[in-house]
This record gives sequence, C-alpha cells and structure tokens, in this order.
Amino acid sequence: MDDDDLARRRKRSIAIALVLGALVVLFYVITIVHMGPGVMNRPL
Amino acid sequence: MSDVTVDIAAEAQQGWQVPADAAHLGGRGSVDDYWKLMKPRVMSLAIFTAAVGMMVAPGSIHPVLGLVAILCIAVGAGAAGALNMWYDADIDAAMQRTAKRPIPRGNLTAGEALGFGAILSFGSVIVMGLAVGWAAAALLAGSIAFYLFIYTMWLKRSTPQNIVIGGAAGAFPPVIGWVAVTGSADWASLALFAIIFMWTPPHFWALALYKTGDYERVSVPMLPVVAGAAETRRQIWLYSLALVPVSLLPWALGAAGAVYAVSATVLGAVFLLDAWRVYTRRENAAADRAARKLFKYSIWYLFLLFAVLLVEQGIWPALARGLGV
Repeated sequence: MDDDDLARRRKRSIAIALVLGALVVLFYVITIVHMGPGVMNRPL
Repeated sequence: MSDVTVDIAAEAQQGWQVPADAAHLGGRGSVDDYWKLMKPRVMSLAIFTAAVGMMVAPGSIHPVLGLVAILCIAVGAGAAGALNMWYDADIDAAMQRTAKRPIPRGNLTAGEALGFGAILSFGSVIVMGLAVGWAAAALLAGSIAFYLFIYTMWLKRSTPQNIVIGGAAGAFPPVIGWVAVTGSADWASLALFAIIFMWTPPHFWALALYKTGDYERVSVPMLPVVAGAAETRRQIWLYSLALVPVSLLPWALGAAGAVYAVSATVLGAVFLLDAWRVYTRRENAAADRAARKLFKYSIWYLFLLFAVLLVEQGIWPALARGLGV
C-alpha cells in the first residue's frame, strides 16, 4: 500500500466519520421533530 | 495457536504488508470515486423533481422532515446509480461514454459498488419509512428495485424499448416527494410522473443517435442500433408530439396555473422545433448537431418546466403569504 493509497484511505475514513456524525445529529433532530414539546413531558 | 494465527501475528509484526495485487481486493477508491458511483448529475435531477413534487403537493410537511425526505430520495437515487454501475461494469468498460467510471478505471471493485449501493438503498428506505412515512418509503424501494431489476438487469440488454419502460424509474422522484407530504399519490402527482416518463425516450434517443457506436459495440439494443437512425428519428418526433400535451396535464388537473400553462406551451414548442430538426436533418454533421442540440435542450426543458411549477405553486404563494399580498 503506497502513500496515495494511505491518503485515500484516510480521506475515506474521515468521510465515513463525518457521515456517521451527521446521521447521529439527523436522528436526534428527527426525534425532536416527531416528539415535539412532548419530549419534555415525561415522569422524573 | 493455529498456523493462521501465527501467520497473522507474523504479518502484524511486518506492518500488515498488503499484497501487490490488492487492487483486485478493493480498498483503494477515493471519496470522489464513491461520489461518482452515485451518478451526481442524475441525482441532482431526482432531488430537484422530488422537491417540486413536495412543494406542489397539497398540504404541508415539517421543513426538517421535508429535507430528510429529499435526502432519502437523493441517497436512494445514488444507490440505484451505484447498483447500476455494479451490474453494468462489463459494458461500461467498453463504452467511450462510461469507460472512465470508477469500476472500469480500476479504482473500485464491482463488489465495493454492490456493497455501497446495497447499504445506501437499505438505509435510505429505512430512514424514509421511520422519519417520513412508509408509503413514501415503499415507493422509494420500488423505484430502486425497478431501476435495478427491471431496467438494468432485464430491459436494458434485451429490448429497444428499454428506456421507454425503464424511464419510469426516473419518473418516480416527484411522486415520492408528493407522497411524502400527503401520504398518497393522486392524479396530479401522476401527471408529473407522466411528464418525465414521456420526456425520457426523446432525451435518451437523441443521445443514442450520436453514440450509436458505443451501444453497438456492447450489443445493447438501443433503438438506433436495432431499428436504425431513421426509425429513431421518427420515434423521437412522435414522443415529442405526445410530450407537449402531457406537459399540460398539471394545468388541466388544477395543480398548476396559467403561468405554467404558457411556459409549458412555449418550452414545448421549442422542444418540438428541435425534435423536428432531428427528424429532418439526416446528413452527417448537421444530423449530429441536431441530435446533440435536442439532448442538451431536453435537460433544460425538464429543469425549466419543473422550475416554473416550483415558482408558481411553491415559492410565489409562500412569498405572497409572507408579504400579505
């Protein structure tokens, strides 16, 4: 595996990390949108 | 300790040397290769037409969920593109137009494209179902399956009607966008489907006219290869004649207004003029130029038609409400 391959692998890894991070944020926002104000309405 | 474990441990000490022929095993593609696998140009048209379907549909959707729906449609379209490139890798390598795609170039393996496309297909449908609705998710799954199984695997290599029937796959996005908002498809959404469906044959056949050699080389039975250029020109003209009245269906069904009707008529007239030139100019460079012109204009035609619909039915009413007009 030469330097170019390693550089491409590094960029792929960063891209996958960014996509996974974006998905976490997305699912969080979707949950809030679906639950609306009800997200605060839960027994302690 | 088994021999395998010993081998792995020995390799680990040497820094995991990858064999020289590892290109066949994959793992060498760039982010850009994966991006190209998703056919970004086709994806952009799917995004745009889906957005128009959502904006024109009666009713409303939470903006975040609307964006999620668009994202799912975009990813689903990209996944279908990747699966198409996986299956067509053999003929892509032999066609000038597609020889620089990531798999023929050796940047990605067919297996990587299959895995990428399958994961994105599954992910886009699941997220669409959970976040937006299962009716839209079912349509998205259906459109991906149609493109892969019906068009790519079956029709493309077996009949000159491949892009006529296969064009349905590209016509799904506005209906999916519509269903994401309303939960069901009605006649007006099917009118948007019909426009793209009727637009696809003259659009693709114009391209096939000046790329006939490509398709001939790989034995894909595109109309010019099977029936000849003259018959293709005749079919382009007939489909173009049918496209113009179909483009007025949203207006006839009450989903579009006068601005759209006038725009569709003018844009359709130019389309007919270009199609007529393809039909009548059959010699050498002039014939080639006419086909290229129609192909390029057909992209602008669809974009402008849907853009007018978007402005008239989506953006302008929202602005008018905001301004209190």
